[in-house]
Amino acid sequence: MRLDKTEISLGLIALACVLFGFVSPGWLIFLLTIALAKALVVQGVVMQMRSGLVSFGQGLFYCIGGYTVGMGGQFFGIHDAIAALSLGMFVAIVVAMLLGLLLTRYREIFFAMLSLAFSMILFGILVKSQELGSTDGFNVHDWTLFGWAPEAGAGSQHTVFTMTVVSGLIVAVLIHRYTKAGIGVICEAVRENEVRVEYLGLSPRWLLYGNYVAAAAVSALGGGLTALATGHVDPEMAYWTTSGEFVFIALLGGLGHVAAPFIAAIVFSFVRTYAIEFVPHTWQMILGFTLLAVIIFLPKGLWSLVSREKTGERA
Amino acid sequence: MTCILETRSLNKEFGAVIAAKDLNVQINKGEVVGVIGSNGAGKTTFINMVTGYLKPTRGEILFNGKSIMGHSPRAITRAGMARSFQVAQLFPEMTVLDNLIVALAAAESARPSFLSPLRSDARIARAEEILKEFGVDNYRDSLVTAVPQGARKLVDIAMALIGNPQMLLLDEPTSGVSVDEKTDLMDTVMNAVRQHGVTVLFVEHDMDVVERYVSRVLAFYSGEIIADGEPAAVLADQQVRDLVTGHRPTTKQGNGAS
Amino acid sequence: MTSLLAVLIDGSIYASWLFLVAAGLTVIYGVMRILNMAHGSFYAIGAYSAASLVGWYFNNGMGPAWVSYLLLVGAALVAGLIVGVIVERGLLRLMYGRDEILMVIITYALLLILEDGMKIVWGVSPYFAYQPYSELGRTSLGLLKVSNYDVALVGVSALLGLGLWAWLERTNQGKVLRAVIHDREIAVAMGVNVKLMFTITFVLGTTLGALAGALTAPAISVVPGIGIEVIVLAFAVVVIGGLGSIGGAAVGALLVGLSRAAAVHYAPEFELFVIYGVMSLVLAFRPEGLFGRTLARKI
Repeated sequence: MRLDKTEISLGLIALACVLFGFVSPGWLIFLLTIALAKALVVQGVVMQMRSGLVSFGQGLFYCIGGYTVGMGGQFFGIHDAIAALSLGMFVAIVVAMLLGLLLTRYREIFFAMLSLAFSMILFGILVKSQELGSTDGFNVHDWTLFGWAPEAGAGSQHTVFTMTVVSGLIVAVLIHRYTKAGIGVICEAVRENEVRVEYLGLSPRWLLYGNYVAAAAVSALGGGLTALATGHVDPEMAYWTTSGEFVFIALLGGLGHVAAPFIAAIVFSFVRTYAIEFVPHTWQMILGFTLLAVIIFLPKGLWSLVSREKTGERA
Repeated sequence: MTCILETRSLNKEFGAVIAAKDLNVQINKGEVVGVIGSNGAGKTTFINMVTGYLKPTRGEILFNGKSIMGHSPRAITRAGMARSFQVAQLFPEMTVLDNLIVALAAAESARPSFLSPLRSDARIARAEEILKEFGVDNYRDSLVTAVPQGARKLVDIAMALIGNPQMLLLDEPTSGVSVDEKTDLMDTVMNAVRQHGVTVLFVEHDMDVVERYVSRVLAFYSGEIIADGEPAAVLADQQVRDLVTGHRPTTKQGNGAS
Repeated sequence: MTSLLAVLIDGSIYASWLFLVAAGLTVIYGVMRILNMAHGSFYAIGAYSAASLVGWYFNNGMGPAWVSYLLLVGAALVAGLIVGVIVERGLLRLMYGRDEILMVIITYALLLILEDGMKIVWGVSPYFAYQPYSELGRTSLGLLKVSNYDVALVGVSALLGLGLWAWLERTNQGKVLRAVIHDREIAVAMGVNVKLMFTITFVLGTTLGALAGALTAPAISVVPGIGIEVIVLAFAVVVIGGLGSIGGAAVGALLVGLSRAAAVHYAPEFELFVIYGVMSLVLAFRPEGLFGRTLARKI
């Protein structure tokens, strides 16, 4: 496997993150873990945006990932973190393969609304499930990693952080290759001109379907890691405002680079932490104005600030 | 000679409007057929039906002797019939080279790969080759939106041709191109097409262009084919002169009604 | 038998409420092609304006109860008008012509701004304006007791629906509006002032949203977040009926209202599920909604 420049940089940054984990304070570790886990969910949103679809229901797979990890530990005795995360991705893939059959017939606002509706269906079911703690959700069982049980609190937090960084690295490298591979590029082609793709002998629906399922798996991984990190899951994960937040982070980062969602998610988490503390009732307003500003001034997201020179050369 | 495309009493109605009436066409392998007719005569409807974009109301379409009625555009493309468009259908945010690479990858496999890179050396080389053939290699790395109209039309046709189709349908290849450029453009296209040994059917308004390249002309009027045969005969036909070409003197006029 | 009657009554009441909420959304989409995520916030603004005004009226022990109904409606009209004009002139006007999906995101940003804006104006503690609701009393129907306010709501909703329909189908302005809906370019070519029509439509839509909120306010406690809950329901209703169709919104509201009422009575665990279930089912078979139109792309 030959690594290109981007992949080597990603690897180095991930290594730096893991090392930083040994010296950084607990609160920062936790904040970064949540931010990176969310960034994985956002990667799923971005994958679909590349193909021209905006999912206002990616919380569905975030929630499926989280609840599968939680339920696996609570009810089915699956305590190994890797097994639980894999199971979450598997369930998400199965659900996406079913929903994708219907959803890939829709574009634009119809896709957005229908994906939102599916996410709200899960929310509706969870809210009415007494066994799953209804609106309160439930706590995630203590977990192990290859038979080793990290000590509760700081130890487990640190382990989740490392796992999240490693997962983030693997996903980033895979997505980096995916966007340059056949399906990745041709999904962008579908966004730009679906009729032409059809007349090249390809099925836009099949492409979007494959992309949708892959995005679901990535988002479920983010949900699972969030559940491990917070030790708790609740139906809010599937509520549409959660999905709205993912769309927000995706737009903030832009589609320019695989690293963009990670950076955007970290920026988002920091700003939110401080904003909620100091200006609790204007936090969403800040988000709203930021979103408008991004749409008007940085239509390609934060990443365009980083890559401005490069694109300038080309134009 | 073997027949590559045949339509049998093909009909298309949009409500009360008859866009195609009993179209019986047989195109033989290797022919270059021109389709003429005024706006709304049913030329594009014919191409759209044959390539699966519109579903005929009645009739039968055979490609290489097999029915392709009700097949999707992609199935028909994969069967070997490609098309170009009146307005070039490209991927506007990609470079010219990438447009062709996508087309090439699509032709190679209906199931694009998930992880191996699209831009392989082999594909780049093949795409560059066809760009040269079409004389647009100087736009290789330009975004298609930054490329002049004529070159865009050529890229559009090159994308259809890179998949090695048996038959190519060109919907007004010279529309939107200035009069001076028309001949150059058509020369380039027809040279490339001949080298690939492709059967061609193209829609064209400019009678000079038609006469110059085709071996046969189909004249459409109000959804019907009113004449079919050698260019000189069709263009001399009184009905065609009345309804399609207008009373155009046989000398050069150089004016494309578009 | 009683439970069937209860389903019908609850269903119609819920449906008429849904229609009130969804009407403004579908009008705005029909004319402007904007799926307005902030519609729920207009609803909430209407509810807050009405609740604070009516609450103030009764707390100061002023005058007869019937005035409070005028206050409800008046508060909604004023709030809808002000917010509608500000939003349309100040934000949306700069954004026209963009992708439909981008407009969704822009109105999502607007929703975030308005949600906190309301917290700044009205704080976070609940507002109550129950008097107009309790004042009307209840009617007994066999074993069932039905609030007269809810019954009146059914009437208001039906009248409003008829009014909208008559305005669109029977007046000159309605005709112009339908021309804009049918083909914007031709309408412009015919000399229709589309900009003005957009302003009128948007303000009408926000006012309808605010009115829905104001009329709901006496029956609930007005707290932050009510708009966020409402907007997804309204989406479901208009998507079922076909985006942009008034009649569609009415049918969608009935369908959702009755299914939810049935779920509440017979299988309460499916209450929320049923709404989006109906929506997914309708879309699976008729992607453009029950009364929507499809547009083909020309190549």
